Amino acid sequence: MHELAICQAILQQAAAVARVHGGHVKRINLRIGPLAGVEPDALRFTFPLVAAGTVCENAALAIETPAVRVECQICGAVTQVRPNRLLCGGCGAWRVALLAGDEMRIESVELFETETANV
Amino acid sequence: MCDVCGCAHADVHVHVAGEILHTETGRQVEVGRALLQQNDREAEHNRAHFDAAGVLVVNLMSSPGSGKTSLLEATIQAVHRKLRIAVIEGDLETENDARRIRGAGAQAVQITTGSACHLDAGMVHAALHTLALREIDVLFIENVGNLVCPASFDLGQHRNVVLLSVTEGDDKPEKYPVMFRAADLLVISKTDLTAAVGDFQVLRALRHFRHLANPSPVLEISARKGDGMAAWIEWLVEEHARRRPAGMKQANE
Repeated sequence: MHELAICQAILQQAAAVARVHGGHVKRINLRIGPLAGVEPDALRFTFPLVAAGTVCENAALAIETPAVRVECQICGAVTQVRPNRLLCGGCGAWRVALLAGDEMRIESVELFETETANV
Repeated sequence: MCDVCGCAHADVHVHVAGEILHTETGRQVEVGRALLQQNDREAEHNRAHFDAAGVLVVNLMSSPGSGKTSLLEATIQAVHRKLRIAVIEGDLETENDARRIRGAGAQAVQITTGSACHLDAGMVHAALHTLALREIDVLFIENVGNLVCPASFDLGQHRNVVLLSVTEGDDKPEKYPVMFRAADLLVISKTDLTAAVGDFQVLRALRHFRHLANPSPVLEISARKGDGMAAWIEWLVEEHARRRPAGMKQANE
């Protein structure tokens, strides 16, 4: 359950944004690829436990899951593939470069318009 | 600032002056950063320590019972006089593995994580300050036995070595793509048991591994019988030579 550690990292970054810009956190927008090794459902389950009593209490986690895409080093095709089968959809080669699918990013934080910024 | 060694690397200040969009119901602050940014910074800090001392750091990962500690014991005995080895041991409980490593003749620090399923860069940082890095050529970090969680956390290592024992099933790379994609070297371990197990096929394991687009080398090793150890030691010596700044001394010089 490393999702607990991941949730603590989300909380820390979102709380830092709230500290600078003021207000409570309404929504945290994440981008987590299938190859990040993080289970979105486990994050959604765990985050409220970590966020209780903080500026992120009741904040929603919006998790966008990009598709896994590879670029073939042999034929140059860019194709969408399964996370455990990173083979070129064009020629079947395994010599491919990952273009998307391993992201683990916090894209933005939405804050309620209730308090003035305390910067 | 790192409060153990005083370096500036581990400064965990988070830059939050993102662009602000005003929406109908509130404000949206653009962040656009890695979620594990703090761990990543601490890992870079660890790497700076390791690089300054010319130490090759290898993060050893596998499921529990794949033979990580046995491989280390055999390695320590095999490279005696050639490379000075130290080990950071990660387990939920006990000092047992650190005791085994010390018994084999190397420095060992045990991290007991309690219930945590992986090591993180902060834990490794605390451990590295208990080691005399300048007297080490290769530092192994034996991660918690787990094919899921350790893959997501950079510790400051230079190389990831993942073990797959023949008793586990040759489709493990297909089941745990994140871990096996991270491998810079795949070790197929306990090869002396291949005949007894019967249905583990190295070629099938290799195929599943390559299907993750991982071009890394694969070694078949029996730590107990010594098969494949020479190629493994050769890999370590080469990787270490790559890390050692010109002019820095090695064990037997």
